[in-house]
Parts: sequence; structure tokens; C-alpha cells
Amino acid sequence: MRHLLGTPQLSRDEAIQILDTAAQMAATQEREVRKLPTLRGKTVVNLFFEDSTRTRISFEAAAKRLSADVINFAAKGSSVSKGESLKDTALTLQAMGADAVVVRHWASGAPQQLAEADWMHGHVINAGDGTHQHPTQALLDAFTARRHLVADPDGKGLDGLKIGIVGDILHSRVARSNVWLLTTLGAEVVFVAPPTLVPVGIDGWPVTVHHGLDEAIEAHDLDALMMLRVQRERMTGGGSAFFPSPEEYTRLFGLDADRLGRLPEHAIVMHPGPMNRGLEISAEAADSPRSVIVEQVANGVAVRMAVLYLLLAGEESAA
Amino acid sequence: MSATVQNTQPTHRPFVITGASVYGEEVRDVAVVDGLIVPVAEAPADAIRVDGTGCVLLPGLVDLHTHLREPGREDAETIETGSRAAAKGGYTGVHAMANTNPVSDTAGVVEQVWSRGREIGLVDVFPVGAVTVGLKGEHLSEMGAMANSKARVRGFSDDGVCVYDPVIMRRALEYVKTFDGVIIQHAQDLRLTEGSQMHEGPVSADLGLAGWPAVAEESIIARDALLAGHVGSRVHIQHLTTKGGVNIVRWAKSLGYDITAEATPHHLNLSHEEARSYDPRFKVNPPLRTDEDIEALREGLADGTIDIVGTDHAPHASEDKDCEWAAASFGMIGLETAVGAVQAAMVDTGRMTWRDVARVMSEAPARIGRVEHLHGRPIADGEPANLTLIDPKAAYVVEASTMASRSRNTPFQGRELPGQAVATFLRGVPTYLDARFDQTL
Repeated sequence: MRHLLGTPQLSRDEAIQILDTAAQMAATQEREVRKLPTLRGKTVVNLFFEDSTRTRISFEAAAKRLSADVINFAAKGSSVSKGESLKDTALTLQAMGADAVVVRHWASGAPQQLAEADWMHGHVINAGDGTHQHPTQALLDAFTARRHLVADPDGKGLDGLKIGIVGDILHSRVARSNVWLLTTLGAEVVFVAPPTLVPVGIDGWPVTVHHGLDEAIEAHDLDALMMLRVQRERMTGGGSAFFPSPEEYTRLFGLDADRLGRLPEHAIVMHPGPMNRGLEISAEAADSPRSVIVEQVANGVAVRMAVLYLLLAGEESAA
Repeated sequence: MSATVQNTQPTHRPFVITGASVYGEEVRDVAVVDGLIVPVAEAPADAIRVDGTGCVLLPGLVDLHTHLREPGREDAETIETGSRAAAKGGYTGVHAMANTNPVSDTAGVVEQVWSRGREIGLVDVFPVGAVTVGLKGEHLSEMGAMANSKARVRGFSDDGVCVYDPVIMRRALEYVKTFDGVIIQHAQDLRLTEGSQMHEGPVSADLGLAGWPAVAEESIIARDALLAGHVGSRVHIQHLTTKGGVNIVRWAKSLGYDITAEATPHHLNLSHEEARSYDPRFKVNPPLRTDEDIEALREGLADGTIDIVGTDHAPHASEDKDCEWAAASFGMIGLETAVGAVQAAMVDTGRMTWRDVARVMSEAPARIGRVEHLHGRPIADGEPANLTLIDPKAAYVVEASTMASRSRNTPFQGRELPGQAVATFLRGVPTYLDARFDQTL
């Protein structure tokens, strides 16, 4: 694995290797001294064309705990605003000797372009691009689900599990990443969304689609529900809105205590954050013992440590 | 301002093209004296011989859909570099779209474009006038003044933008009847395509790029076919890309509506799968679509539903393509690769003959643009010697850096095309010959 651009490119073995490595990384984080010397001398650049304090801090913590040097590069400009172009930014990073570049970008495909153009040579890790992919989010979701739902998880996938993804699939890189990763790991994916928020052209995706949360809970013994963040402006865009109102969305797709009670007892609730409490998830559901949302954040650091480790430390062993 | 063009006296020396297959049919010599085709016996004994052995001789190609970018974006293309690209591609006439800066919406701008084309002299440049002032879709431009100017404009288009308001479209269609004009429509429902990046379907779903649904094109084609039928005027639909659009045009023609349609070389060859590279060279409006659509376009072009091939040659400076897909400009260059791309899609597949190619790339576009008295003429004695010599066996790998266009945004970069134009003559003057543009023999 040279880059981590998206989950469709991950094989089952690669995915399980990342999850197993993340488990080892997580174990080291319970020690008193949490810093590992593994990536000493390596430079990791966090290149963020889009604000995301949460993801940036998670990658920064992961790199620092592996002793890498971290440079945060908030590139506000874009070709659109006639700021610095993607190409010039890449050439700059190449000149600075970046070993790995963690890219968050508003444009779908920008990390792939960075990886495939002849602009720079470092490893590219996609930290979320447009409405395309967010592979480390899917990996941390899979890691979290495996921990809770698979006994003796080391070396195992998510075989036989049923995982529901609820909300704005159309605009979600989290959904696009999870559908492929979870399927690769042997899970069955159920989408729950209004038809206006399901992409046209997903007939070939390995998913079942439901247009109401009650119906989905009824139809499947869901082992996990992943609630996606719903942006309010998608509900209130006048003639361009995807849904009549936030209230109607909550009625049909929101996870509340009642719906939570109808899930199998072992089922867990996930959310990539940040949550809109009261919109896609009620406070009771978010704060219930079955919610693993806070744990997802901690697991994010371990998964990102694993990815950085496998891309960068693997270099020498491969050489 | 090329020295070679300005300082060299164009040659009017008599010449004979030998050994070429005329329209891809009989092999015969064609003699040219004083810019006209003459009986071979009338050519002087010392006439220069141009060896056309193995080549196909066609009337000079006519593009109804070219962006020359001048005035305004001379960093992407100029009338001179675009003229060279046209001559190299086998074209003797191009219709220059109106989305310049300033917009070609007044007699002054179209006359400037027209006269600059004449000054360069490599290809006849026929300016297309804007339908609405500033391409804004709000007020009709002074089409009459453009029609009566020296540029003699007959084609009007807001290309790049759809004439979206149905009332303005209706008025425009009615108005151009005065001077036998045609409204050249870029069919795109603007509301259905806000922010759109590529064809809406399985690939856009995977890539997370906002979709440009086929219905956004088809609904406007249907509306404008009905409007043209209602007011009894001429409408030309640019760059058809969908199977549904082909069916609608076929239906409209069956009712006798005066509608014509166009397909581009890229839509005849490339599908939306190309977008998986996220390489903005494949970003174009309307977008590349499915294999099924490509098949329908080929079928429609072969059966006459689609009248012409138009290149939609759309040069863009590299910084407008060397960027994120969503930030990149829409468009591809096409003048220099059109012959090879059409040969690959239509001739080598057995769907069309070279005689058909003459129809869709020269005769019909000249007729729609109302320049059929100058271009798309028969290859016959007494006719103007607007000719192009095509070598259908001169396969080559497309390399953008060797192109005559100022821009590099070809979707065929690194791919092989089966043939190419090797010589072009405008009124008996070589505009491209032996890989030169110097108008001498």
C-alpha cells in the first residue's frame, strides 16, 4: 500500500492488517509513556484545504505519538479563489521533503490527483475529499464495531454483521467509504435515507435501501446503526431543499430512545461527529450506554497511527 | 502576428493533387488554377504535383462549433493559433462561438473577429453572434445588426450557457427568420444542473461528483423542438450526448420541424468512465456519458438524425485544467483530432463512408451556417478549391505538446487515432501542407 485514497482499493487482508495494527497501537496508548519512537525523523504534513479541527487534531496526535515531525498546513486558497493551486502546494510540500501528506479537501478526487500527478512523491492519506471518500473514518468505524461486536477480534473481519447507515448518503464521504470497507470485511450494509438523499446510480452497490428508520429496524436485526450528520441547510434550501423540514426528518429518520429500544440488545450506535443533537439523534440516544461515539474518537487516533505506521515504517522493511 | 503568415505571399500557383481517392471513391487527379477546380487537361504543364496517393480528398471541413477565445482569453487561444489548429485539422471554415470577452453580441465585436480571421487567412472565420446581451439570457442582442454587418452572421448562440427562458427562446427563434438565421442551442436545464460536474449515474455516485442528469439536456431539446415547430423557425441543437436526446430529435424531424443536431468527436468516443481518473481533461459540458449513449450517437449520426459533427473545440489555459476537478473549466480542444476521432468512431467501424464524412463534417455544417455558397461545395470543375486531404492510414499517438492550438487540453492525449488530415487548401492556397502553414507550395 503506497497511498490510502479510498476504501474500494483496500483488500480484506490489508483492511484487517490495519485494524490489527490499530489494536496494537491502542494498547500502547494505555501505557504511561504513550509515545513510540517508530517514525522518528519522518515528516508528516497535515494539508487541510477545508477546516476540520477534529480530524486534523486526530492525525496530529497519531503522528506525534509515533514521534514524527508534524507540519500543519492550512491551505485556504484554491484554484477557485485564485489562491495557491493544488499543484503549487504539492510542489512546495515536495520541496520541504514531506514523507506523508494527510489531505483534507473540499474537492472530490483531490487526494487521488496529488497521488497520481507527478507533483510530489510522499505517501498520500485521504483525510476526507468532498463527497467522495474518508477512509480513516470508515476504518475507525470498522475498528469500533469489531471491538464491540466480534469476540476475540484479532485477525477477524465483520462477517455476518448487519450495519445500518442512516441519513444523507448523497453528500456523505463517510457512507461512501463505509459501504465498501464494511462489505469487504464481510458485513451487510443497510442504507436508511429519503430517496432525495440517495445518489442516483447505486444499483451496483452492495446495499439494501430503506426509506424510513422504523421500517429498517423492523426488517433487519441491526448490529450497529451509524447516524450521519445532517446539514440543516439541506433541509431549508427553499426550492433546492432535499427534505421538507428538519422536524419531518427527525420524525422519520431520527434515532430516539424509542427506536433505540427496538434495536437488538447488543446493538451499538455510532456517529462520525459532530452531532446535531435533536436532529438526527436525540440526546438520550447519544448519551446511552449503547452509544460508542466518544470511543470512536479515541479509536480514530489508534487507526490513524496504524495507517501512518504501515505506510511509513513499512518503507524500510520493503526496501 | 506570425511572420510566416504576414510576410509570405500566398501562392496561387496551379497544382494538381494526384492519386487521391475523391470522397473515398474513385481515384482521380484534381487540378486547381486560380483558386478554382478545373479540368485536369487545363492545368499547365508545369503545375506543381501534390501527391495524394493513399489519401482521401474531401471538401474542406467546416466546424459549426469552435471557440477561438479572442477577444478576451488570448492566453488560451487566439484567432491565429485557432486558425492554425483548424487548418491542421483539415478545416477551411470555422464558426467562432460568441462567449468571448467582450461577448460577441454587437456588430463591432463580430466584425473584429471576422476581419482578424481574414487577415490571418488560414481558415474562414464565421463569427456566431450571441442570442442575448452578455450571454445573460435577459435581453435579445442586436442580431439584425450582426446579420447585416460585414461578418454576415447567420448563426446565433449563447453557447456555454443555455437560452433558458422559454419566452426569450421563442422570440429569438422568431426574430432570426428575418435573415434566415438559426438559433444554435446549448441544451441544458440550468436548475437541474446547478453545481454539476459530470454525468449523473453510477460513476458520479462512486466519485462523489455532482451529477448532470441526461434529462436536463433532453427536456430543453424537446422544448426547443416544439418551439421551433410552433413558430416555424430553425433550431440547431449543439453537442447531443444522450440516447434520449437522439430519440427526441428523430421524433421532431419526423414531424417536419426544422431542427438539426450535432455530435462531438469526444462524445462519439469517450464515456463517463474516464472521470475515474479525476483528470480534468475529461471534464466537459455537456459531460461524457454512457456506452449506451455513445452507441445511440453513432447510430444517430449514421442514419442522419444527427446532421453534423461539431468539435466544440474549447481551449483552456493549463492553470484552468491543472487543478481540482470541481475547480477546473469545462471543455476540450478538438479541431486537430476530429478527423481521426470520427474515423475511429464511424468509418473504421463500418457505419459511415468518407462520402458520409463529407456530408457531416463539411456540407451539412456549411448549410446550417448558411455558408454553403462558399464551403462544402462539390469537388467539381468550376468550384472553389476548398479541399482537405486525409490520410486514413496515418495512425498516430496524440501528443498535446505538438499541437497547433495554444492549449493542451486534449482528451486523446497519449491515445492512438487511426488517421489525420495531411493537407488543407483554402481557395486554392495551401493552409496546411507538409506540416507547414506558410501558404506556399
